[in-house]
Amino acid sequence: MSKLFMFEKPLGMRDTLPFLYKVKKRVREAMTNEIEQWGYEFIETPTLEYYETVGSASAIADHQLFKLLDQQGHTLVLRPDMTAPIARLAASRLYQNGNPLRLAYHANVFRAQQREGGRPAEFEQIGVECIGDRTVTADAEVIRLMITALEQTGLQRFTVAVGHIGYVNALFLEILGNEERANVLRRFLYEKNYVGYRNHVRSLPLSSIDQQRLLALLDLRGDETVLGSARELVHSERGAHAIEELGELWAALRLFGLADSVKLDMTLISHMNYYTGILFEVYADGVGFPLGNGGRYDELLEKFSCKAPATGFGIRLDRLIEALKDTRIEEDIECIIFSQERFAEAIELANEKRREGRKVVLQHIVGIQDIDAYSKKYKSVTYLLGRNGKE
Amino acid sequence: MLTIAMPKGRIFEEALELMRKAGYALPPEFAESRKLMIDVPEERMRFILAKPMDVVTYVEHGVADLGIAGKDVLLEEERDVYELLDLHISKCHLAVAGLPNSRFHDIAPRVATKYPNIASSYFREQGEQVEIITLNGSIELAPLIGLADRIVDIVSTGRTLKENGLIEFEKIADVTSRLIVNPVSYRMKDRDIDEMVERLSAVITE
Repeated sequence: MSKLFMFEKPLGMRDTLPFLYKVKKRVREAMTNEIEQWGYEFIETPTLEYYETVGSASAIADHQLFKLLDQQGHTLVLRPDMTAPIARLAASRLYQNGNPLRLAYHANVFRAQQREGGRPAEFEQIGVECIGDRTVTADAEVIRLMITALEQTGLQRFTVAVGHIGYVNALFLEILGNEERANVLRRFLYEKNYVGYRNHVRSLPLSSIDQQRLLALLDLRGDETVLGSARELVHSERGAHAIEELGELWAALRLFGLADSVKLDMTLISHMNYYTGILFEVYADGVGFPLGNGGRYDELLEKFSCKAPATGFGIRLDRLIEALKDTRIEEDIECIIFSQERFAEAIELANEKRREGRKVVLQHIVGIQDIDAYSKKYKSVTYLLGRNGKE
Repeated sequence: MLTIAMPKGRIFEEALELMRKAGYALPPEFAESRKLMIDVPEERMRFILAKPMDVVTYVEHGVADLGIAGKDVLLEEERDVYELLDLHISKCHLAVAGLPNSRFHDIAPRVATKYPNIASSYFREQGEQVEIITLNGSIELAPLIGLADRIVDIVSTGRTLKENGLIEFEKIADVTSRLIVNPVSYRMKDRDIDEMVERLSAVITE
């Protein structure tokens, strides 16, 4: 390995300089304030978890996990998401009497990058998990809260695509007959390979009606009218149930004050074997990757020995900030530059300003090399130099 | 406005022809220009001209909404993009080739290719462990001068293989150009993209 230069950081690791820190703080606060107003309580979990428990329960691919060993030889992971740690915490401690639990987080998560730059390996996620409520109103609440929280940050144009994994599964199973064949088709959807999907469907020994049903799935996206066409494609109870749930979701979102930003997309498949019902992704203009996603994961807590339904969302702060058009930050720090004779006076003035809630730097003149460059950094500069105000 | 990443070279002409057939008024001097970014305001489109291998990168990162890319590139790069349409242009295939009557070296079988991922997963699926040597062009040289026992490359007419005394052993996959779309653009610009898919579908000939 070549010798590292002193300025180098591991691949995908980034510094946050003061300007970005302020933007992050403002955007984070806009979201967390809204989340708190919906009664969700924030928690923190450890950065390190066991690979065997949280690491394997997480939806993040194995090669993206940062792994290390502890002194006993257990494999640890840097948490790749927050949903699995919260499931662990809820299953082992917080979720007790079967009543809904509303938890929230803002935390850095870690995903190793091998391919190229442009993707941070450590980034902050803000999200909520609503545990123990199996009703569609919980799904609607989570989606509506996500939209409202995003609006609070000033985000202008964004779209939420909503689908239902139960619908896709039911359609595939009733036409194809077994999970193995359904998996092949699910994989094409997951890989977004519509050409491969169509070719595969045409190669299957199915009636032309059934082939048409499978091909029609790819066009099922748009507003609520999609539900009607989607309903006609399925005959099984499971499929009908999924459509009913989406109908209820739509009605609930409307009661919450329907956001125009929601669209249906029946082809949406996020992570294989993770979500179990309604699922969604959120996209914004000007950012090439989804800002975040979420959905119902009724089987995850079982991996931590506790059966409970759950739903939630997670938003990536880095991508959200990229999507925000207006990230100006007003410089609001004032500066008092003093000389030794007037130190006491300077302290008093600084204390007074700080009591008023202003941000004040107190700087001895002798400590500055270039006064012009230094004073430019601040909103205003007060000079307390020389004896009794005489310089 | 839609930003479309187009591959320079072989595919470019055929892709342009297809788009013109679909009714897009693209300026005639388009192909000769040396500009890398060309705006066509009448169609509310911007074209960026890229290396074929790079088209998928532009589209995955979302700096281009759509792109035209060969299936070979999609297989090699495995990017997170929608593969919406088979345009049925620039037909060719990926194949394993080598010198006639030659066989794999017993201890360290070597394969030279521009497609290291495709080659390694193909031979793994065949139950063979091979060593991959990545080259950027003139792959046919490798077996001639003893760098590798086999090559994995694109074959269209087979002429290059023949003139260099190589023969095709196995076909790996058929290749045509595909219309690819960034997942966010697919949602945010769905109307424009659906319209393009519809217009292109109408003029694609298999």
